[in-house]
Amino acid sequence: MTVTGWLTIALFAVLLTALAIPFGSYLANVYSGKRVFLTPIFGGPERFLYKVLRVDPNREQDWKSYAKSLIVFSLAGWLLLYLILRTQDAFFVPHVLNPLGFESAPWNVTFNTASSFMTNTNWQYYSGETTMSYLSQMIGLTVQNWLSAGVGIVVAIALIRGIIGRTGKSLGNFWQDLVRTILYVLAPLSVLAAIVLVSQGVIANFSHYLTVHTVTGLTQTIAMGPVASQEAIKMVGTNGGGFFNTNSAHPFENPTAFTNFFEMLLVLIIPAALVFAYGRMTGNRRQGYAIYATMILMFLGAAAVAYIAEAHGSPAQHAAGLHTHVIAGSSGGNLEGKEQRFGIAGSALFDVVTTVTSCGAVNSAIESFTGIGGAVPFANLSASEVIFGGVGTGLYSILLYVLLAVFIGGLMVGRTPEWLGKKLEAREIKLAGLGILITPLAALLATALATASHAGRESISKAATGPQGFSESFYAYLSQANNNGSAFAGYTGFIQPNAGNVGSHGVTFADLLGGFDMLLARYVPILFALAVAGALAGKRVTPAGLGTMRTDNGTFVVLLIGVIVLVGALTFFPALLLGPVVQGLTSHLY
Amino acid sequence: MRRDIVTSTIAALVFTVLLGLVYPLVITGVSQVAFPGNANGQQIHVNGKLVGSKIIGQSFADPKVKNGKVLEEKGVVVTEPDERYFQTRPSVTEGGAYNAAASTFSNLGPNSRATEEAIAEHIKGYIELEGPYNPGLDAAHVPVDAANSSGSNLDPEISQANARIQAHRVAAVRHLSLAVVGALVSKYTDARGIGFSGEPGVNVLELNLALDRLTGGAR
Repeated sequence: MTVTGWLTIALFAVLLTALAIPFGSYLANVYSGKRVFLTPIFGGPERFLYKVLRVDPNREQDWKSYAKSLIVFSLAGWLLLYLILRTQDAFFVPHVLNPLGFESAPWNVTFNTASSFMTNTNWQYYSGETTMSYLSQMIGLTVQNWLSAGVGIVVAIALIRGIIGRTGKSLGNFWQDLVRTILYVLAPLSVLAAIVLVSQGVIANFSHYLTVHTVTGLTQTIAMGPVASQEAIKMVGTNGGGFFNTNSAHPFENPTAFTNFFEMLLVLIIPAALVFAYGRMTGNRRQGYAIYATMILMFLGAAAVAYIAEAHGSPAQHAAGLHTHVIAGSSGGNLEGKEQRFGIAGSALFDVVTTVTSCGAVNSAIESFTGIGGAVPFANLSASEVIFGGVGTGLYSILLYVLLAVFIGGLMVGRTPEWLGKKLEAREIKLAGLGILITPLAALLATALATASHAGRESISKAATGPQGFSESFYAYLSQANNNGSAFAGYTGFIQPNAGNVGSHGVTFADLLGGFDMLLARYVPILFALAVAGALAGKRVTPAGLGTMRTDNGTFVVLLIGVIVLVGALTFFPALLLGPVVQGLTSHLY
Repeated sequence: MRRDIVTSTIAALVFTVLLGLVYPLVITGVSQVAFPGNANGQQIHVNGKLVGSKIIGQSFADPKVKNGKVLEEKGVVVTEPDERYFQTRPSVTEGGAYNAAASTFSNLGPNSRATEEAIAEHIKGYIELEGPYNPGLDAAHVPVDAANSSGSNLDPEISQANARIQAHRVAAVRHLSLAVVGALVSKYTDARGIGFSGEPGVNVLELNLALDRLTGGAR
């Protein structure tokens, strides 16, 4: 470990908080319909889009109507994406946007990919530079990078409206929220981010792959493409699907230690700011602070554990005779699968940033992390991504946990639980409980199926011996069920024997199981969150009394952390013991 | 329901045009004008020939020739490190090291025998190459970046400790003083990002090209 390593983690937390507070105020204004500094620029396009989409932005929707719009829109996006990906090689191939003439991936892989990008998961069985045409990356994958992020955010906003709603059952208008999210939140951030990234070395072109005659006379082919535009929204929208196979480890996606730091900020800025926006919208900023405190404490804990574990080095390194302590000119540690420019701290922190959120981008091989270092992303996913979480998804997920914590707190003091002046009754608690439990259920059931069946074990990589094979499978379905998308990347669902997809085939079992997992664990919790919003929206507000449990102080932060850890531990402990914990506790090689 | 279907269909198409065509085209267009070097991958040309990208690692090895024939194993050219050059990190991409058309993780687990074997082999190769110029070099003194493959397997950089060891070989083979080579290493060392983020790294391609300019190139 080094001083600069710890400094990176500390400064990141400070900078994130400093940026998220003002941005949170901005978000609160956007979603309260107030004028913001971008209104003069985007007001016109906003009204134009309403006209084109034939929507009346002032039409109020109750939770069922809101949910219906959301589901139908997502379905349309899925169908279009599937169609685009499957017809990649149908017209005039090769052309300027498919310069290498890549064939479409088979139906099963495409089912997985389409489900993956629509659900903000961005799990990738394919590898970008050997599968996808530039056109597919742009009009297919990039578009869903935006839209899935937008859908996540509007659900959080709808839930907040339900919580604070004083009259009637309205949660706002889905189309208005979506258009506003794209124009006022995602667009300015993405455009700014893309330009900054290119200025630091991320590529942006439509060239044919380069043929290089290297210094010693070898031939090297270098993949190209319109990376910057996709990279920006990939991070801003907590999507995480790389343009290239090695994602943010690839120098063209993440060329320097600065871009590494910058990309981490991009991932967390919206999830963090939404928490402050929540506080503002409830009229009591301390509500936001309490949730933020919960998140940042758990985040820093995860980062510290991952950094310490990775700096220590792995059993395989030590068995081979390597010394992994810091020496002059080298940070030491477990550098297997990590880039020199990011180092141990920059890799461990990036891993935590992208697994507490639904981002799932990686700048290093998680499969090569040490047992304990690898247990950190496992634990982050097991907490159902409520530590910041994905854009929107993190907030609506943790609000369900808040509801549960208030309920448990109410039981402990023996009073009818109330939250922000609204009495919590059986219906809300049941809905929240189901919303919380569906993701673990999907993850564990799929893992059991995949490890107990012959068809499932086909996906495990040859090199993953002993507990590593279980870890690979478990991580695959945990990641997909949490809509995260990071991977122990040895796990495969797509066999590509030749470049350009000639003769490639998918592993149907893994592709479909993962695909259904993602769809289920995305849309069912969304429906429960919206149903909770609907149930809360109509309730009358009673002023807080002497016996009201406060949800904006330190005691509540402790209670909330307790509930999150407890739910995660109770559901996932047995499975975690079989994989990463075994690996962390032994120096035995398998 | 009907209204939702109509709006959703229009929305999917409109957003595909706006976010899938207009947005990437604008970003790529602006990038090509404002940062053409970066946007096209920081290509390095020598005598009009493209020799690589500054930020993509490459292999500094020569094809192994036996009886006038280039050796191949399973269709992949067998290579051996070129002693005149600083060597990049181990890379396990398909079709030979540093295949930048198919980046890949090595996915070697922390407790796997396969990982230990791979690392042990890299250590052995490193000591064979550097040992003669660094008496007493053993596994305990091999920097981790020299024995571990990177994330992308396209890492353009090595650690300063690694470069310092290799400098002895390069200086001896090229008949340069260690101080001259050391100065070049420092010159092509990228500092941490904004002073604290990440680790310093030595850009191997730039360093090797500078050496060639000093003492004459490979061919």
